[in-house]
Amino acid sequence: MWRWLHPYAKSEATFALNQKILPWFLIPGLLLTAVGLVWGLAYAPPDYQQGESYRIIFVHVPAAIWSMGFYVSMAIAGLIALVWQIRTAELAVLAIAPVGAALTFISLFTGAVWGQPMWGTWWVWDARLTSQLILLFLYLGVMALYVAFEDERAGGKAASILALVGVINIPIIHYSVYWWNTLHQQSTITKVITRFESPSIAPEMLWPLVVNIFAFMGLAAALVIMRLNNELLRREIHRPWAQKVLNSGDKENSNAV
Amino acid sequence: MAAETLENSAPTILLAASDLSSIRGERTLFANLNMTVRTGEVWQIEGPNGAGKSSLLRILTGLLPAQAGDVQFLGQSIRQCRDQYHQAMLFIGHKAGVKPELTAIENLEFYAAVQGQPLQAPPYELLAKVGLVGLEDIPAQGLSAGQQRRIALARLWLTQAPLWILDEPFTALDVAGIALLEARFAEHVATGGAIVLTSHQPISAARFPLQQIALRYQH
Amino acid sequence: MAGAMGIFVQIVKRDLRVASRQRSDLLNPLIFLLIVVSLFPLGVGPGPDILARIAPGVIWVSALLSAMLGLERMFRDDFRDGALEQMMLLPVSLEVSVLAKIAVHWVMTAVPILVIAPLLALLLNLPMSAWGVLWLTLLLGTPVISAAGAIGVALTVSLNKGGALLSLLLLPLLIPLLIFATAAVEAAVSGLSATGPLALMGAFLVITITLAPFAVKAGLRVSVN
Repeated sequence: MWRWLHPYAKSEATFALNQKILPWFLIPGLLLTAVGLVWGLAYAPPDYQQGESYRIIFVHVPAAIWSMGFYVSMAIAGLIALVWQIRTAELAVLAIAPVGAALTFISLFTGAVWGQPMWGTWWVWDARLTSQLILLFLYLGVMALYVAFEDERAGGKAASILALVGVINIPIIHYSVYWWNTLHQQSTITKVITRFESPSIAPEMLWPLVVNIFAFMGLAAALVIMRLNNELLRREIHRPWAQKVLNSGDKENSNAV
Repeated sequence: MAAETLENSAPTILLAASDLSSIRGERTLFANLNMTVRTGEVWQIEGPNGAGKSSLLRILTGLLPAQAGDVQFLGQSIRQCRDQYHQAMLFIGHKAGVKPELTAIENLEFYAAVQGQPLQAPPYELLAKVGLVGLEDIPAQGLSAGQQRRIALARLWLTQAPLWILDEPFTALDVAGIALLEARFAEHVATGGAIVLTSHQPISAARFPLQQIALRYQH
Repeated sequence: MAGAMGIFVQIVKRDLRVASRQRSDLLNPLIFLLIVVSLFPLGVGPGPDILARIAPGVIWVSALLSAMLGLERMFRDDFRDGALEQMMLLPVSLEVSVLAKIAVHWVMTAVPILVIAPLLALLLNLPMSAWGVLWLTLLLGTPVISAAGAIGVALTVSLNKGGALLSLLLLPLLIPLLIFATAAVEAAVSGLSATGPLALMGAFLVITITLAPFAVKAGLRVSVN
């Protein structure tokens, strides 16, 4: 009997835990974003080559870094879901996917906007942009597979398997795209961008960038936690604990939903 | 092979399910279900539509994982001895598993071969017995639903598996077909086999002892 | 017991027989491939130079697209008629049966492509010196399509709207294959050694064939229940 009730006791505990850790991501995330963006966009010195337009890296680089990072964490959640049959981990996969896809999209969009003054065109088949585009496809695949299932449990498991298959393939994709790019190299301008991520970046630019990297992580993680809790509530809306949370939520902690 | 060694011996526990629970979507189909299937027994699982009869059968075969509980074959969890269990168990579900592009004989030859008991000669007599005379060499897609069902059920005469798990075996059969099948069931349990089945039709218990387990529709 | 090898052989035999009785299903992706390849000269103009330049990419992209058409058949019919659940109840690891299904799929879809590959090369004016390498890339690459495709089909077989979804899941995963294959053929066209990309394709093949059966098994367990 206990084992049968176990998963339900667990999602309530997960919900409570999430509520507790949410502020630890949300508040620093918001503060750091404010600090990092103002610092980066207003106070950091302009670049000697690119002028003001380089400032987009304060959004582009953190989004690009975490788009990959969140895919890996999604795959880890998928592995946990499949190996230990933990439903909360399945929900975590589904909570992470759209957030990761949004980060990927932001990095693609800012990359394109940055490309306009740099290359004079909105899109070039640069290795970075191309592998981000494929990453976006992988995220979309996971999301599309999940919504195609009527049975949410089956959809969650299928999405977890696909996330794992994807994460095994990502290094191969990444490597092959870079290799493809050197084969078909036409411009050397990409090196200008690469320069910003090497350690030689000036400290006045590096520090706001580091702040923004942490800021994006905090914000995205907070979004994932909120999505996960929403999903937990939605799946178990008829259970007493969820009713209790929803009724109290009307009055006090409305950030839960 | 297995059936012969079990013959005429004291009843052995073939299959034991302990504390099985199944949840589909938001609904609990059953919880804490226990059953013990011994050689020589026929178990009928009863219950209204949606009560979880098919789910229970599929959990017993290992196709569907149970939310909780364990199924043991000869004292060993079926997850640990999957291959031996599948060797000793024959499952016929809603879908017959008959390839429509193949003839009755080709279908039966395949299943006999993968169970390790290849047919020595085409089973014409058997097909005549189950009412498929003259249809042996027609691809199954040209046959009626009842006739396709008979191809699947003909496996029961060819198999040496001691445990049969059958989901609605009497569906789409006529009276003569049902009588034939019941006779085969009686023969099987008399030689040390065991059967777990679901059925809407009442089964004439005169031929063999019948154990029943009822699932209720739970809201 | 029939043994793993015996069961493998039985499944291959049965599926080849089934496939040989639905020939139109086999022919259609092949005709599709021919049509797509002949659309390109119509779309970009018949200049032999430009055709030769895009030939490796066109042939490979078309091959990938036509493979997507026939993939579904790998498990879909078995799922509908119940043969798939019987396959999961065979007294052998599911990976063995899955490999048999992949092997049959490869024989029935890739071998015809290998046969008509010279025709495709001819249509697109690919230099004769690169034909051998093109053929090798198809030989090494098509089993990857079958094996990786099996994962996608296993995940989507219980859905009624598999087709487009299947391509959406699979094509991004097969991008490295496209890159290595076209690079090999292009190297051969410009007279360079194609050993590097071919070796990478070989590695990709080994990885896929080894790992795919496990993912397929997990996918089938989700789909069949």
